[in-house]
Amino acid sequence: MSRSFTPKVVTANDLRLGDVVYLKADDQWTRLHTEAELIDDEAHAQMRLLHGAAQKLLVVGAYLADAKLGPNGPEPTHFREEFRTRGPSNYAHGKQADLSNV
Amino acid sequence: MYNYSDFDEAFVRARVAQFTQQVERRLDGSLTEEEFRPLRLMNGLYLQLHAYMLRIAIPYGTLNPNQMRQLAHIATTWDKGYGHFTTRQNIQFNWPLLTDVPAILGALADVEMHAIQTSGNCVRNVTADHFAGAAADEVEDPRPYAELLRQWSTDHPEFQFLPRKFKIAITGSPNDRAVTRAHDIGLRMHRNDKGEPGFEVMVGGGLGRTPMIGHTVRDFLPVADLLPYTEAVLSVYNTLGRRDNKYKARIKITVHETGAAEMTRLIEARFAELRPLFGGNDQVLLDYIRAAFAPPSFRNAPVDGYDAFYKADPSFRAWADTNLATHRHDQYAIVTISVKAHGETPGDATADQMRVMADLAEKFGHSDLRISHEQNVILPHVHKSDLPAVHAALVQAGLGTANVGLISDIIACPGMDYCALATARSIPVAQKIALRFEELQLEHDVGPLKIKISGCINACGHHHVGHIGILGLDRAGVENYQITLGGDGTETAVIGDKTGPGFAYDEIVPAIERLVRAYLELRSEASETFLQTYRRLGLEPFKAALYVAEGEQDAA
Ligand code: SF4
Repeated sequence: MSRSFTPKVVTANDLRLGDVVYLKADDQWTRLHTEAELIDDEAHAQMRLLHGAAQKLLVVGAYLADAKLGPNGPEPTHFREEFRTRGPSNYAHGKQADLSNV
Repeated sequence: MYNYSDFDEAFVRARVAQFTQQVERRLDGSLTEEEFRPLRLMNGLYLQLHAYMLRIAIPYGTLNPNQMRQLAHIATTWDKGYGHFTTRQNIQFNWPLLTDVPAILGALADVEMHAIQTSGNCVRNVTADHFAGAAADEVEDPRPYAELLRQWSTDHPEFQFLPRKFKIAITGSPNDRAVTRAHDIGLRMHRNDKGEPGFEVMVGGGLGRTPMIGHTVRDFLPVADLLPYTEAVLSVYNTLGRRDNKYKARIKITVHETGAAEMTRLIEARFAELRPLFGGNDQVLLDYIRAAFAPPSFRNAPVDGYDAFYKADPSFRAWADTNLATHRHDQYAIVTISVKAHGETPGDATADQMRVMADLAEKFGHSDLRISHEQNVILPHVHKSDLPAVHAALVQAGLGTANVGLISDIIACPGMDYCALATARSIPVAQKIALRFEELQLEHDVGPLKIKISGCINACGHHHVGHIGILGLDRAGVENYQITLGGDGTETAVIGDKTGPGFAYDEIVPAIERLVRAYLELRSEASETFLQTYRRLGLEPFKAALYVAEGEQDAA
């Protein structure tokens, strides 16, 4: 494990729904950031990104986002990624509403 | 209003059919995202932070009640029950599913609407004064010219792949309500010495990363020369505009790098070549279009009821004082419906509110509705005797806020609550400022004050031309808000001055409050507006008020 490497998750948007998704260690996509695979090796991160981006019938715009380990799993470190885990601040729309029963 | 010809209808239907197939091919894998992306963008479909977003053009901001109802129908059927009116006289739906977009485009085509050219490096939706055809100060209704430009620019083969997007704004009044000086081409109508109407043509205005005020390349362009002249401007830009650098590709940079005088010479030379090629069919078409914009048959009825109501009802009076503008017919008024209730999202209307506005337009407003670049909805023609009924219905629907032109009538772009390009949020900042000043009960005392907020340097929220402009940035992973002062988007347009270091998300509302309190202290009399005070005194006293708290902390 490289020390200078900031851990990452692979994230994208669902092709049909547009909703934010994250790549899990088992190759499935999840809508929850906490279920994402937290990647702490740069070479592995590139491999996982290629793997995610190749799923062109499922997702759009895959990229690596900085993350860190929290009590419930991986958490975003930047506010933009934090908003993406929730939805907008002006209405209870998006994940904060859709996933409130999960 | 203008109705689609058979040609328009067939064209829009064909595009819906095409896009329907393109979506199918994307979903079955025959199109990659790289191939599909430009196709969806040509139909106004973006992928944003949390979902797709569909941007629909409202040409020159004009809607009829059926179109407004159809937007309400789309909002409830395929979205989350609301729509967002933008500074470009578009409406955006924030939550469509990719698979539903063909049906939405079909529903739009049913009411002669579409999302074509709301993205891409082409001529975008032509915007116009939202008081067009009604304003007392108007030389002529600019919308027939806007419609002529729309028809000419739609699918124009030469101008589908310009160096960058291209925005044209037009006003028929010497008083500019369409921010024409901040557009790639701005057209402002006035009369020459002989009393003939024509355009002042301004080129190379724009906000964004490098804000610039347009240069006047022609003081007076006869109306008959509009198309060849516009074509000349685009043609020069298409040749000279920089395709090597996205940030230098807008015409404002072309003008800046070429020089306004040389640019003018090139445009005039090209115009001389193009003018003879226009054989007059454009003028025949213009006459046909003009007929579609004939003024409504105004009612002749007493207005004493209005006067009595105005005297008797303080809440109606407050609304009338802020939300009405002078109509060219003295029994009529122009009603601006504030889509800016304190604490709500600027420019968002629910489907129910859209239906109420459509009904009111039908019943009391000669079936005419407008969307302003300031994200409000206008009923351009209301007989004064109907105003109390209109006001009462608006209040019922949560649309009766008496704040047009005041501090809570804020322009805010979607910012990082929706937009993939954003560097910070703008909507909650607008909400908090509006709520704070409502709590202070200060806004009517403060008077005319335009706050405009953008969530990134692209400046969709027009912050550069706000009396107070707020720009949301990402500073080392934290939202930070930079303030500009003294901007003006009218015929006396100027870009605002930067005050200094920005403010954190939690500090921006108190910072705005300090500015406004400073203004109240500094103004020479109650009638001196914020902008006038700023122009008289300059940046320093406001800067002192803005950064005082910081200075005190340092001293402590
Ligand atoms: S100004 Fe920036 S954040 Fe706001 S809508 Fe435009 S691109 Fe998005």
